[in-house]
Amino acid sequence: MTDSLVLLDHSADGVLRAPVRELVTLGRTLGTVHGVWPADGAEPDAQTLADLGALGVARVHRLSSTGDLHVAAVLAEALADLLDATGAGLLLATSSFENKEVAAQLAVLTGAGVVTDADGLAVEGDGLVASKTVFAGTWNTRCAITSPLAIVTLKANSITVEPAEQGGTPDLVEHASTASAAAQRVTVVERTERPASGRPDLGSAHVVVAGGRGTEGDFTLVEELADVLGGAVGATRVATDEGWIGHDAQIGQTGVTISPRLYIGVGVSGAVHHRGGMQASGTIVAINSDPDAPIFEIADYGIVGDLNEVLPALSAELRRLRA
Amino acid sequence: MRIVVCVKHVPDIQSDRALGEGGRVVRDGGDGTLNELDENALEAALVLAEEVGGEVVALTVGPDDAVDAVRKGLQMGADEAVHVVDDAIGGSDVVGTARVLAAAITHIGATDPVDLVVLGMAGLDGLTSLLPSALAALLDVPALPLAAEVTVADGSVRVRRNLDHATEVLEASLPAVVSVTDQANQPRYPNFKGMMAARKKPVTTLGLADLGIAPADVGTTGARTAVVAAAPRPARENRVLVNGGSEAGVQLAAYLVENKLA
Repeated sequence: MTDSLVLLDHSADGVLRAPVRELVTLGRTLGTVHGVWPADGAEPDAQTLADLGALGVARVHRLSSTGDLHVAAVLAEALADLLDATGAGLLLATSSFENKEVAAQLAVLTGAGVVTDADGLAVEGDGLVASKTVFAGTWNTRCAITSPLAIVTLKANSITVEPAEQGGTPDLVEHASTASAAAQRVTVVERTERPASGRPDLGSAHVVVAGGRGTEGDFTLVEELADVLGGAVGATRVATDEGWIGHDAQIGQTGVTISPRLYIGVGVSGAVHHRGGMQASGTIVAINSDPDAPIFEIADYGIVGDLNEVLPALSAELRRLRA
Repeated sequence: MRIVVCVKHVPDIQSDRALGEGGRVVRDGGDGTLNELDENALEAALVLAEEVGGEVVALTVGPDDAVDAVRKGLQMGADEAVHVVDDAIGGSDVVGTARVLAAAITHIGATDPVDLVVLGMAGLDGLTSLLPSALAALLDVPALPLAAEVTVADGSVRVRRNLDHATEVLEASLPAVVSVTDQANQPRYPNFKGMMAARKKPVTTLGLADLGIAPADVGTTGARTAVVAAAPRPARENRVLVNGGSEAGVQLAAYLVENKLA
């Protein structure tokens, strides 16, 4: 049994990030789950606590600090303190860039072993073993954590969220920590949270429709298909560099890494940088007029054709079939 | 200002990459190259050195071939290079590698202090993005990762960064560690003059003993994680490829519904 601390990532208005539910579902298979809510301005409301309780969170620690919890070093110190106080042997977090910064600082502070972008975690023998894909989703690996304390960041869409057999309402307890002067050497001069788009988050959506050069800058059909499927809209580097859509929509090794159940590439050639960010997706569909586009090498379902003909028919038929 | 840029020799992402014994990246396929994102780090450092004056040291840790990574840095315009090579380093995890880099930076700073350490946002082999923050923690200096924009003025560094859900501006006093993204700049290509000049620039080779690191603290013995299994992912099966227009769209809709994907 390994008790875990689950980092309860939330938006500036206190809404839990979707993949947090996967962390709790996973943590429950390993031992008691403690939630940790960084008190960075937003507070958990009663409904959020009830949701966490239904998933099996036993206790939520409201973690405050004398420093700014948006600074990775400050949050890492506070978490080290809480890990010590709770005796949890595992910190589970979503695979955001911010969480990886915290994981790295915490590993140095505590001697913990870290695995990022895992898609599974289990107790084997007297330790934890994480699974993850590497090299742009082309290799599967299993990685043992040999230190007493483990930090694992989980890739979104890895675990099917299920309520606990016996849910309850978690206790909400305060944990105040003191930030060192060293941790406070970084100042957050400005922080602007992007407003929610009305569509699911690209990083954790179950369905992603991505547009590339072939759209020639018109994302209307891509957006329409995404909305029919209840999915997120993504893009290639070319599309974001051209300014056709914001940089936050860029899928790729240096942008957002995704592994949705369904990925549909529209006018996407499948350059290696893009593939590195989506190749681990469940089902890959590609629509491109160029039969030699490399994306067809990795597609489960490929259509060589004009997106201006294929997409309207696809969206209309999906609406009809589901009506 | 003295800037150290940490660079890494990685397998070319266009090549067939593989894991070998102990889950280590196979690095002897002859397809090694300078990690592309490290070119952004070198560019950022060179521009800062040009703007405020100073020198750039390219630093790498890795087997013999890895020296190619710092050579490329010298060709782009770095002033000197340091290559840490030691058999005991193989199999290190991120913190182990950070420990070697931190000791090397301390060594480089012993003669003339280092003001800034610049890295790429990730290595395109492991892609964990952990190293810059671990390195800053070990050096006991502030970390400002993922910079899409870096400026240095009055002994402080300021970065603008785009996160998953937010945009931030961070600031800290020097010395500090910064990592940069591929949005930060367009790396220069080494020109003929740069390549000729690079031949005359010094490359210092160091081992763990020079850095005062016990071999057991790094490598597989010092690592807190161990790859216990690695295999290529099985190829996708039952693949469909069709030609067509609107009728192909209709067929795809049926496929998605049949497979419970829509």
